[in-house]
Amino acid sequence: MADEPTPLERFIQGIIPENPVYRQLLGMCPVLAVTGNMKAAMTMAGAVTFVLLSANVVISLIRGILKPHLRIVVFTLTIATFVTIVDRFLAAYMYSMSKTLGPYIPLIIVNCVIICRCEVCASKQGVITAAADALGQSIGYGLALASIATVREILGAGSFFGIQVLPAAWPGWLIMALPPGAFFTLGMLLGLVNLITAKLNKEKS
Amino acid sequence: MEGKKSNFFVQAWLVLVLAMLYGAALAGVHMQFSPKIEENKINETRQKVPELVLGEAQAKAVAAGTLKLNADQSMITVDQGNGRTIAYSVFRASEDGQTKGWVAKASAQGYADKVELLIGMSPKADKITGLFILDQKETPGLGARIVEPSWRGQFIGKSTAHPFQAVKHKADKPYEIDAVTGATISSKTVCGIVNKTVADLKQPLAERLSGAGPAQQ
Repeated sequence: MADEPTPLERFIQGIIPENPVYRQLLGMCPVLAVTGNMKAAMTMAGAVTFVLLSANVVISLIRGILKPHLRIVVFTLTIATFVTIVDRFLAAYMYSMSKTLGPYIPLIIVNCVIICRCEVCASKQGVITAAADALGQSIGYGLALASIATVREILGAGSFFGIQVLPAAWPGWLIMALPPGAFFTLGMLLGLVNLITAKLNKEKS
Repeated sequence: MEGKKSNFFVQAWLVLVLAMLYGAALAGVHMQFSPKIEENKINETRQKVPELVLGEAQAKAVAAGTLKLNADQSMITVDQGNGRTIAYSVFRASEDGQTKGWVAKASAQGYADKVELLIGMSPKADKITGLFILDQKETPGLGARIVEPSWRGQFIGKSTAHPFQAVKHKADKPYEIDAVTGATISSKTVCGIVNKTVADLKQPLAERLSGAGPAQQ
């Protein structure tokens, strides 16, 4: 089919034009919950990348024998398996991080970004396209997490990746470390992205 | 009937096959990782034993290898009446066979979720020698501040003769603990766990001490 997106198109689309957080508004639970600091946010991004890539590749490989009305069951089963692997891996090799992230790793199972990519791309296109799509979306998701975590960690704790960047006199805005800070930051950044997009569109026309 | 049955398997065979494959894969992953995960959990507790019994300064000596401290784990089951029992995981810290203190693991419901503590006690369990929050999901910035050394340090060296009490005003009695501002429930939870553990374990630990003292070793 000629009108299907190519692997490169899929890859690029995931990063900015169809960014999972800023454009699709999917997978918001971890976006709000684990962006208090960069380390947690980047571990979450890594976990999502592994699950999304694995699930997309497997679903794409079995797309020929997939029964349409049972596809969601198969998606969920596949995603749950890979999430469990990540969860156990973190508990074994990154124990303290696994304790920090707590329930948010198992909750990747119900992260809409992944099931959405299985539905939109992997169950319809080949392995290479599905893998490119997964990578693009993961990078987009990671960038979104990083953007929010950067703002929250610097304003909330005066540090970046655990390293102090603001003078010790910085009081640390408690609100930024708390859940409301996540909503404020997300709202502001979302508004900013929309503003830029609107300006770009105006220039084009 | 027969047709329907075969139809079911025709429809769902992929789900069944995948479920079996994934199940097998996960069993493999579990076998691979679970010893390591168990080890992490026990290590975390064991690492804390010197600090909780001897204090921070001497714990550094233990870490450096100049001081040797053994930690043996055992279980103590305490009868709660009504046929209910609580099992405590207890570490005995000993140096050359002499009991230096105890570390007990205990937990209870906090404000958000279960709060899990490690409580260090003197050999006769008459003094708190250390307190560590092993696991908690209290409100960040408020209840979660119970993990800060400055707060949990309040317990260190205090006598267990009187149950601890979290107070909002400045603590002035020897058994009073300053509650974390805005987190009275979390503070009371910690005090409650410590009180309950001391009450439950004082007797059994004293018995163990007389039974496992240096005279018999």
